Amino acid sequence: MRTRALGVAALTTLALAATACGGSQPATPSATGSAAPSAAATQAQGGKLVIWADPNRVKALKPFAEQFGTENGVSVEVKEISKDNQQTFLTASQQGSGPDIMVGAHDWIGNMVQNGAIEPVNLTDAQKAAFPEIAMKAVTFDGQVYGAPYAVENIALIRNTKLAPDAPATLEDMVKQGKALKEAGKVKEVLCLPVAQKGDAFHVYPIFAAGGGSLFGTTASGDPDPKKVLLGSPESVKAFGKLKDLGEKGDGALKTSITNENYISSFAGGKCAYLISGPWAMGDVKKGGISYDITPVPSFKDGKPATPFVGVQSFFVASKGKNKALAQEFVANYVTNKDVAKALYAADPRPPALTEALQEVGASDPDAGKFMDAGKNGMPMPAIPEMQAVWEPFGIAEAAVVKGGDAAKAAEAAQKAIDSSLKN
Amino acid sequence: MSSPPAVDVREARGAHAPPKPRREITTAFLVSRIAVLAVAAALLLYALPPLVAARSWPAVVILCAATAAIAYLYLTRRFVPAKYLIPGTVFLIAFQVFPVLYTVSTAFTNFGDGHRGDKRAAITAIESGSVRQAPGSPEYSLTAALKGEALVFLLVDPATKQVQAGDAAGLTPVPGAQVGVTGKVLRAPGYTVLTAPQAAARGQDVTALSVPTPGGLIKANGLSRAVEGRATLVYDARCDCVQGEGDRWAADEGQGYFVNAKGQHLAQGWQVNVGLSNFARVVTDPTISRYFAGVFGWNVVFALASVGTTFALGMAVALALHHPRMRGTKAYRIALILPYAMPSFAMLLVWRDMFNRDFGLINQLFGVDVDWMGQPSTARFAVVLVNLWLGFPYMFLVTTGALQAIPRELTEAASIDGATPWNGFRRVTLPLLLVALTPLLISSFAFNFNNFNAIALTSEGGPFPAESPQVGATDLLITYTFRLAFGTGGAQFGFAAAISVFIFAIVAIISAVTFRRTRRQEEVYA
Repeated sequence: MRTRALGVAALTTLALAATACGGSQPATPSATGSAAPSAAATQAQGGKLVIWADPNRVKALKPFAEQFGTENGVSVEVKEISKDNQQTFLTASQQGSGPDIMVGAHDWIGNMVQNGAIEPVNLTDAQKAAFPEIAMKAVTFDGQVYGAPYAVENIALIRNTKLAPDAPATLEDMVKQGKALKEAGKVKEVLCLPVAQKGDAFHVYPIFAAGGGSLFGTTASGDPDPKKVLLGSPESVKAFGKLKDLGEKGDGALKTSITNENYISSFAGGKCAYLISGPWAMGDVKKGGISYDITPVPSFKDGKPATPFVGVQSFFVASKGKNKALAQEFVANYVTNKDVAKALYAADPRPPALTEALQEVGASDPDAGKFMDAGKNGMPMPAIPEMQAVWEPFGIAEAAVVKGGDAAKAAEAAQKAIDSSLKN
Repeated sequence: MSSPPAVDVREARGAHAPPKPRREITTAFLVSRIAVLAVAAALLLYALPPLVAARSWPAVVILCAATAAIAYLYLTRRFVPAKYLIPGTVFLIAFQVFPVLYTVSTAFTNFGDGHRGDKRAAITAIESGSVRQAPGSPEYSLTAALKGEALVFLLVDPATKQVQAGDAAGLTPVPGAQVGVTGKVLRAPGYTVLTAPQAAARGQDVTALSVPTPGGLIKANGLSRAVEGRATLVYDARCDCVQGEGDRWAADEGQGYFVNAKGQHLAQGWQVNVGLSNFARVVTDPTISRYFAGVFGWNVVFALASVGTTFALGMAVALALHHPRMRGTKAYRIALILPYAMPSFAMLLVWRDMFNRDFGLINQLFGVDVDWMGQPSTARFAVVLVNLWLGFPYMFLVTTGALQAIPRELTEAASIDGATPWNGFRRVTLPLLLVALTPLLISSFAFNFNNFNAIALTSEGGPFPAESPQVGATDLLITYTFRLAFGTGGAQFGFAAAISVFIFAIVAIISAVTFRRTRRQEEVYA
């Protein structure tokens, strides 16, 4: 008897569901069709702006996002994405479940543009002028601005002023001082710069550039030219040779045992006098109680400028977002304001891109300005999708010469590997 | 006196054809039935609205039909075997058959970075990405307004403060409008000015409206600004090409790009069917074929060594703890399970750091200076060692279980017959163990053959010789091809899918051969 009752109940549910099959058809369009212009209706309609950011930035963004939401009568959701942000965004965008606004690094632009995932951001001339030239150059791809910059980050030489009171004029001076300190038993390592077994192209790039090496030729418009990979060029071979001289069989300044996991903590623990790293290291360095100074990475004697890569953290407007007008408003007109930049700096101390915000932040925290100076002549990380083919072979070639491998062979192999993967 | 008739009744009953026993309704039956129906109904309610919104009617029909069929199946008393088979079949289709079919079908496309969407999306992206602000045109400040029911833009030229109304027909001057300090129009005769929330609510319309001008189109840029721009690249359906900037890019359906006469393509492409070219690339790519034999050889060695060492250690420990005179086995067992209980992801990273030459625990502990991950032989030893540590608790667990199923009398009988403990193990225990464990060993082999994490998180495939940066000494097929498909040229899902099909075939063949051999072995011992 009881089962019979259950059956009836289930059948009723099914019948209801079946009517829902037919019934919801006219219901849906009417819900979106009538747009009564009132704030209450907006909320009910799901007038919602969705922002994706990495964990560091979510907390800082929330109050501003909410303020923007109240001003415009929409609800704003800031969602934390912690892994593979770019790929997650691209996949979700394709599925139609992506955000309206994405926060990320400018070197994603090339790939996001070729996937049609982001839209140009139209900044006024006045807005553009508020940023340093390098930040605007970084977010410009193919002549079009694709993001609103909010933080500029690059690596610099951070030194322990107790062990090394003077900023080294050249890389040679630095290595000499580092070796002397090591021999005196004051430090364990000459230099803390991550190499690891697979190399670290990002951190070694200033030294590579100082040695005369380069990755790409330049197009007529000054952008990196993917058709001209220069890793195997004679100049680059010479630069790899310099890395070899600094490596394990040479000065011992570059070592594969120094990795991304231990290089900052080693410096913070006083195990080396020099650290090449970015603003993200400062938290640990301060915790370690080290007295430090930040200067540009020096070049070799008679070398080329030691230009670091410059990364520009930016806001992007998703082209498949549901609320593009609002997203444009938020990115172009709201986050380019200096209070937002300052709050983001407070949450995660990466130098603000807005010149005015940087000046205000710099008054209380000189580190931001020093990092900015170190990156002034830096090279924006190439945003072209072809750069993805460069990172790994470059890193492996670096690790190979650091271990004492032949520079010409390593450079040639890297060039070949990059050429063959760009061909496909 | 009453017992004989009772017997009679029973016998009489038995003599008749037994009435079909009414199946008893147990609680478990009831609960599971409710659960299945509830899940089916929940899925229907969850999936229906988006499908209806997307107007994919065939999917709606299939969904409703499937739900009705499931409801019927679990409400009727018939089809008992189907009641048990259906859930398993549904899961099999959802989690095995569908992913396999999807992977195989992806292998025939160029799906990947640059080719994620369809052609229409690529054209939209090309056109909207090519919009340039008209030279010398003002940066209008924008106020959304209504004329009657239609949305119009009230545009203020910041230089002249002149107000114009723009709609789909073009620009018309608005005399007598009142402009605020920020450039917003406060009041305009004949128009209803929208507040920010009201404009935001019409966000879609604001994005959609474009005001034609002699030089191009005025589009909203957010909700407070508008600019006059012109798409420099335009798609022309007649020639199926994109024109502009003094050049012409014709659609190439073979590679999913717009290509010009010089063979250059526009960045945005679309997904097309490329037939067998992904498979052809796997076979013909010199960077794959040149290193395949070496990588495959090490891959087999790695999988065999992982299974062999974990099984040997796991079994040895299980045998030791199985000994009747062993005391405190519970404490030992808990300690031995620990590596298995810890997240392997984190443990692999910890092990990697322990092998560091200058900062690692291992070199410091033993007072040596070995560049573990820097030389092929030591790196290979290290990854097998790490995998041993991670994998032996599993082997220990399953061996313990299998040992308890072997009667102690057998080994006792063997020792009474004069067998040494080694012979007793060799000729009695081990064969019986293997009957139970061989399928597990084979699946462990298949798992380790594709053990991406064990390599990617420790040695990352390295060390890499200077002259071939694409293949490292500890690279497995899966880590090596992952690097080819995702590391260097962005994500190439189609190519990756073709590689997975090949690896699947390799593992399937190895497993099939071993299972066949096991069957023979089982026939001997069973």
